[in-house]
Amino acid sequence: MELLYASCIGVLVSCGVFLILRARTFPVVLGLTMFSYAVNLFLFSAGRLSLNKAAVLGYSSEYADPLPQALVLTAIVIGFAMTAFVVILAIRGRADLGTDHVDGYEVEVPVKKIIKKRKVKP
Amino acid sequence: MSQHLIFLPILIPMLAGVMLLMSPFGKTKMNRRITSLSLGALTLLVSIILLLTVNGNGTQVYAIGDWSAPFGIVLVADPLSTILVCLTTLLGFVCTLYASSGDDDKGNFFHPLLHFLVLGVNGAFLTGDAFNLFVFFEVLLIASYSLLMHGGQKRSTRAALHYVILNLVGSAVFLIALGILYGVLGTLNMADMAQKVSLLQGDDVYLAKIGGLLLLVVFALKGALLPLHLWLPNTYASAMPVVAALFAIMTKVGIYSMMRFYTLIFGEHAGELSHVAQNWLWWLALITIMMGSIGVLASKSLSKLTANLVIVSVGTLVVLISVQTVGSSAAAIYYLVHSTLVTAALFLIADIIGRQRGHVFDRIEAGPPMLQPKLLGVCFLIAGISVIGMPPLSGFIAKVWLLKETVNINNSEIFWTIYLLASLAVLVAVTKAGSTVFWNHSNTQKDIKAESVRPRIVNSMQLVAIIILISSAPLMTLFAGSLSEYSQSAATQLHDFNNNVNVILSGGK
Repeated sequence: MELLYASCIGVLVSCGVFLILRARTFPVVLGLTMFSYAVNLFLFSAGRLSLNKAAVLGYSSEYADPLPQALVLTAIVIGFAMTAFVVILAIRGRADLGTDHVDGYEVEVPVKKIIKKRKVKP
Repeated sequence: MSQHLIFLPILIPMLAGVMLLMSPFGKTKMNRRITSLSLGALTLLVSIILLLTVNGNGTQVYAIGDWSAPFGIVLVADPLSTILVCLTTLLGFVCTLYASSGDDDKGNFFHPLLHFLVLGVNGAFLTGDAFNLFVFFEVLLIASYSLLMHGGQKRSTRAALHYVILNLVGSAVFLIALGILYGVLGTLNMADMAQKVSLLQGDDVYLAKIGGLLLLVVFALKGALLPLHLWLPNTYASAMPVVAALFAIMTKVGIYSMMRFYTLIFGEHAGELSHVAQNWLWWLALITIMMGSIGVLASKSLSKLTANLVIVSVGTLVVLISVQTVGSSAAAIYYLVHSTLVTAALFLIADIIGRQRGHVFDRIEAGPPMLQPKLLGVCFLIAGISVIGMPPLSGFIAKVWLLKETVNINNSEIFWTIYLLASLAVLVAVTKAGSTVFWNHSNTQKDIKAESVRPRIVNSMQLVAIIILISSAPLMTLFAGSLSEYSQSAATQLHDFNNNVNVILSGGK
């Protein structure tokens, strides 16, 4: 179980980092989401992985740590709000800057300008 | 009642923010301003009362929901966090005052967002729980994201996008670090963490070290320490100046967290993990000062110049934190208060100068003369002298003090050289900026055309706000004795490990 869990987090983090490093806002938002999923899973594992243990005292001889679950819930709520915000911001950026590139301008801009000039000339 | 006093600097801004969103208080411009200003003043009053209480009765601890530490979340008001709360609420009040002259018109939610930001910053200063610190960081960040976009200029969208994405990654790293530390230590109460970190053995030591250093990444990002400072100049310069002035406190949240974590938890008493981040902090801070001063010299507008001054001040503060003596922490506290107020003042003065110079704004180049050169000149002169660190204002005292505290440390000559050269760079840049902006006039066709659309003279509310901020420089000089005593006692408490842990874990008894 530990191996599965750890590799799951690892795959999510690497996908997340890869996507965050893309230069378009949509992949970046997706990457951030994946990264925060990985972080949530990781936080959850901070209370140690266990089977058949209640997070309540007195219901079984051994019990799971309830605190990481509370932390994960908080982190999920905050992460959700932040994702909503960044999606809106990305849409706004697309409208304001005219492109979905995170720097607000395209690397291919010169080529486009040339095409525009050619269109204007005739 | 008095036992709940600690909670009020968090509660009042929250209620203010909520009230300002509702009908009678948030309905018209006038209502919003009056509500916001009066509640801001109330928060300021409460934090001053808290300051006096803490100064008289020592550290106050408040267990939220009466769940005692380390199981519940505690708020800790010790001298360090209290003075920072006062600083935040003062800055929030001044910015409300300044914005009430018209800047808050550009969107409907300036005032509620400002109060939510103050709520987040105050919470971050007061909390004694590492995860709660994260939550307050998020509160202040989401308010700051929206404030950054306030005014809705297109050029700010790009800076906001970068700022938001960077900080989201930072928050994720923060959570990873907290997860590691919780997994190893089994607690998130800072005092309890400090106690348990020295008991670690075997592999756990390395895990805790990873956690501690990941936290350094997060705080360096928030505090704009090299190499994670690149977001700051653009963000601050593209935000509305009043928002930038308010953001002067935000880097200080990162600095404060470094102070807490690397003196209390990973300080002298941490066994194998003591001073885990000291070397990193020292070298990174020195390079930050260098890069900041190069940025100061290269700045093309007053707001960029001020943003780079913020970076220099961050570097200086982090050097003092890395030294980790009582004296250096005391100097850091004095310098922190001074630099926050003076950079905020410079952002506001740059805004007024920009408004009166028509099409050249606050760019450092020849332009049409200002309407009130004498008034603005005096303001700029006071703020400039203070930020450069020339006698007789507060910057000088801070500078002499921090140089005195770093005489006897290792490698002090490196710090002295870099810091004094950086001061020289700041002196040259600020003088050049001042003389160009105030004395170098051009009378091109464009300027004469711009003459007709010359904006109005400085509003009295704006003037009062600026005067409050710059009067801090002479006041901090006049009351330097009592202020330095206060920061000395705050630093002593910060370094007093046993007392800290006992007071917090026993619930302040």
